[in-house]
Amino acid sequence: MRIDVNAFLGAYPWRKVPGTSPEALVKALDRAEIDEAWVTHLPSLFWRDPTQGNAWLASAARDEPRLKPVPVVHPGLAQWEQALADALNAGAPAVRCDPLYLGLDPAGDDMRVLAAACGAARIPLMLAVRLEDGRQRHPNDVVPELSAAAVRALIRADADLRLLVTHADRAFVEEVHFGSTPEEAARIWWDICWIWGAYEDHLATLLETVGRDRFVFGTGQPLRLPENSIAKLDLLDLAPDRRAAIESTHVRKGLLA
Amino acid sequence: MLVDIHAHFYHDRAPRADREERNASRLTAGEKIGITVHVASILGSWGRTSPIYFPSPPDLTYGNDALLALQRAHPTRIRGYVCVNPNYTTHARAEIARCLAAGMIGIKLAASRRADDPLLDPICALAQQHRVPVLQHVWQHRRRDWPGQEASDASELCTLARRHPEVAFILAHIAGGGDWLHSLHAVRDVANVYVDLSGSGVDGGMLEACVEAAGVSRLLWGTDLTMDTGWAKLRYLETLLNKDELALIRWKNAVRIFPPNAFPAD
Repeated sequence: MRIDVNAFLGAYPWRKVPGTSPEALVKALDRAEIDEAWVTHLPSLFWRDPTQGNAWLASAARDEPRLKPVPVVHPGLAQWEQALADALNAGAPAVRCDPLYLGLDPAGDDMRVLAAACGAARIPLMLAVRLEDGRQRHPNDVVPELSAAAVRALIRADADLRLLVTHADRAFVEEVHFGSTPEEAARIWWDICWIWGAYEDHLATLLETVGRDRFVFGTGQPLRLPENSIAKLDLLDLAPDRRAAIESTHVRKGLLA
Repeated sequence: MLVDIHAHFYHDRAPRADREERNASRLTAGEKIGITVHVASILGSWGRTSPIYFPSPPDLTYGNDALLALQRAHPTRIRGYVCVNPNYTTHARAEIARCLAAGMIGIKLAASRRADDPLLDPICALAQQHRVPVLQHVWQHRRRDWPGQEASDASELCTLARRHPEVAFILAHIAGGGDWLHSLHAVRDVANVYVDLSGSGVDGGMLEACVEAAGVSRLLWGTDLTMDTGWAKLRYLETLLNKDELALIRWKNAVRIFPPNAFPAD
């Protein structure tokens, strides 16, 4: 069982990306031997009201059971609680809010209230550190990257919150992990898509220093090739059960427990 | 056969305590991936006694010697680019002659001088004379100067390539940061510029764009700092191309531009 917790549907506004339809994503899942993907509607991350993409996302997921919708919640909009309730009613495995794309203070009052609501509802909150390498972004794509300080502040904001942070590199993971108490760090899961494999071996290092149980399989597809996350696991000498833990067990028995 | 045309190793003067682990990791990962030959460079002292991208002559000589030692220690697996700084013409010319005579197979230019600068011409003349390619570090669309390097972008490399049409130039790490589309537009009609697919980027659509812009006969497979991304791109290319096209990128294009007998099985 291989679960990709970090995938998208729909066009990216800053460059041409192939394979963004639900059908194309399912083909990519077949190609990369991925059983299930958690998907967000990519265009709406850039909308003033990103929740307007949630209905389309839910429909796409209903048509393709291998796709699990991760709808967006915008805590700066009135009645945002309804978007969270809709996600819960739809059985979404997580909700996402990328505060800097919404013009929100990533550790401000809106995000803290959302953190508390997600904690109370026992649903993970997902955030991306970045979507693209900062060196190649479109000149008008000036949204800052999420800071490690913001993640530390959020995890401290509510004792029941569970965070799924995607697109973080080694330095980011280490700064948050070792800047948190063990109890706080145990409520954060990291996808592996942006962590370097051999020969710098950042992923191998983090599995030893931060702990294997903190990492889950994610790809960032179709913005990124899903083959990358598989290749970096293939380059590790992981026992089958430990590999399976990253590919699915940590999601099912940790993040979603 | 699989040739990694963009590899690096560290030596005992590199400012890293884990240098031996990293070197070993490259070779181990290479075995898993199926890399036949790592064509590598060492950029001086890797910042310890002169900047990585502005290496001093003594550091260059030390790094090149270390790479020659690695080449001797792994005669079937490691080949070298001689790394030089174009600001030191006399040293660069001597170092190229020395290291090519000792068995290196290419020239590495980091980011010590803009690629279209006349100071690169004597280096390119030697590349033509010895029939070796030049691997040029490139920032994909340099919109401003970045600290620590006098980076070149594809447009500047293409200017140099047009001045030296008999030399094969390798545009380094198309996936190594910056706007790769800008570079692909620039190299499209410059037949002696080859695109190195290495770099940490694994953007969806990038490989299709590389094939479309340069064609399979001007793409070279490599890894640079992230071998996992290199393997991922290779795997994706296997789904995108037929066997003959893939063989060009895996090794046949490299065999064509490096000197005869540069690789064990060619």
